[in-house]
Amino acid sequence: MTTINTPMGEPTAEGWFGSFGGRYAPESLMPACLELEAAFRDAWADPAFHAEFESVLHHFGGRPTPVTECLRLSNQLGIRLLLKREDLAHTGSHKINNVIGQALLTKRMGKTKMIAETGAGQHGVASATAAALLGLECTVYMGEVDTQRQALNVFRMELLGATVHPVTSGSRTLKDAVNEAMRTWVSEVHDTHYCLGSVMGPHPFPWMVREFQSILGREARGQVTDLLGDVPDFVVACVGGGSNAAGIFSGFADARSALIGVEAAGGAAISTGTPGVLHGMKSQILQDDDGQIIEAHSISAGLDYPGIGPEHAHLADIGRATYASAGDDEVLDALQMLSKMEGIIPALEPAHALAWIIRAAGKEIPLGSTVLLNMSGRGDKDVAQVREVLQAKGLYR
Amino acid sequence: MIRPRLETHLRAQVANGRKLLIPYLMAGQCPEWLQVVEGLAAAGADAIEIGLPFSDPIMDGPVIQAAAVSALHAGTTPMGALAELSALNLEIPLVAMTYYNVAYRAGHERFAGRLVEAGVSGAILPDLSLEELDGWSEVALAAGIDPVLLVAPATGVERTAAICQRSHGFVYAVGTMGVTGERTELATSVHEVVDKIRPLTDLPVCVGVGVSTPAHAATVTAFADGAIVGSALVRRLLDGGGVAGAVEFISQLRSAIDEGPA
Repeated sequence: MTTINTPMGEPTAEGWFGSFGGRYAPESLMPACLELEAAFRDAWADPAFHAEFESVLHHFGGRPTPVTECLRLSNQLGIRLLLKREDLAHTGSHKINNVIGQALLTKRMGKTKMIAETGAGQHGVASATAAALLGLECTVYMGEVDTQRQALNVFRMELLGATVHPVTSGSRTLKDAVNEAMRTWVSEVHDTHYCLGSVMGPHPFPWMVREFQSILGREARGQVTDLLGDVPDFVVACVGGGSNAAGIFSGFADARSALIGVEAAGGAAISTGTPGVLHGMKSQILQDDDGQIIEAHSISAGLDYPGIGPEHAHLADIGRATYASAGDDEVLDALQMLSKMEGIIPALEPAHALAWIIRAAGKEIPLGSTVLLNMSGRGDKDVAQVREVLQAKGLYR
Repeated sequence: MIRPRLETHLRAQVANGRKLLIPYLMAGQCPEWLQVVEGLAAAGADAIEIGLPFSDPIMDGPVIQAAAVSALHAGTTPMGALAELSALNLEIPLVAMTYYNVAYRAGHERFAGRLVEAGVSGAILPDLSLEELDGWSEVALAAGIDPVLLVAPATGVERTAAICQRSHGFVYAVGTMGVTGERTELATSVHEVVDKIRPLTDLPVCVGVGVSTPAHAATVTAFADGAIVGSALVRRLLDGGGVAGAVEFISQLRSAIDEGPA
């Protein structure tokens, strides 16, 4: 195996980022993975595909999203905090970037159906949206636990014409939704594309999804440089599988900015995981001594994942990015703080990244530093759950 | 524990004109699983696939998933199950089937060593693709374990040739595009996948995934060397069929195969 060390360059031909990645898929899926890789390489080298991708994201997706400076919170924390506003993108998160790319690719491959997994529902809603736009059939696999935590997102997907398939195996969360989507893909691969939602899975998914998300990193680089006259000292993003982080990191990987990924404390694959193979990739995985996968636990369905994208494992390995974690309580505090002080209700996922910034300001983040936070999604989907949790804690009537 | 090696045994059986029957069960799926293994061997199995439970089996349908959950809940571990197998007296080879993370986490050498100690001489890791085979394949062969590779209906001819070249023991022909599980009808792709493999190898070709009934087994062994029956047996055991139920089913499969298709 050959290795690469250019931060966030192309993986090797076999899909390796250093010692992570690869293609650990059943033979029934391997021809589809190879076909997808060829189709993506062809599309990504085609200016017409880029033009269509960018045009749809502009006219339909609401790009470019702005960068907002948080004046009051910055003042309180003693840093200069900027937000890349992916919460303002269509469907309420960065997920739209990836699904538009994959839905266009699905059509280019002559396939008529998409399947997708979803945790919090954001990728499911985005997939259903892209499918509706492009006239594709869409089925979304969602853990039964998550369909209850995110019942409104189930309705949204159905309203958009998708079929939602509750998954009752295993822990009934994101990990099991991925398993079920892969199982379905095996039998429907002839006319179906698996629209994976993060920088994970067998090659070419981790690379392809990062490439589709890199649009937000490029935008942010230009916007922040205009605003600051420099790159930020810190670029911070939450990490489940790691697609929003990969998107924003890719815009700054060649710069001096420190890159910080923040995982949920109950799903911290970098700090508490070990190398393993899950969902088609070699990466850092939460597992026991026998190699059985350990279930992640987080208040955020979108970060409830026992692995992490292989490129993040590689960036941690070579020291180009650092990975921290945040717990449920500080995340709730951060969510309320941003809402009250800046008028922005964040999704629970980016509230993890914000919680770390609040904790690290004046410590790991020296006072006076410039910090760019990728506000990967808006909190609308989470408000009912947050209210319940605050009520249960006696913090809300 | 000396048992015949997988490839040697299967080639000899085929050379004698025998059609192969390879049942699958999940280690630890029921308390009497070791007695079931002995029963299957006595009732005409030519080799037995032993599933080692993994938490996230992406090639398996609901029945084998349920067996894995049952085994893991009962406290079965892959290494513990292998240790239990070493005590059995069998005159047929055993093949382990699990997912690559179990082997990777244990370490290739250690995993191969445990297989050998258990008297297992073949290994099927369905999520270890041809592209990622280096490393495990060499260690397995050096230890005396035949890595069995799979060919799917979607696999192209060139790729099939490359897989056949690196498969040992037998070539596992995946009968249908889908996960493991019982089907009412045998897929039409079964014939095509065997025809694709045949000219590319002299290894025995055995069909699994979707081979569910004695009639299916008889049909596939008319053109393939063997039939692999998993979910249909695993379901009977999950339903409480026990050793007697397993032996009865395997005897039906054996007779149907020996008599040939109706």
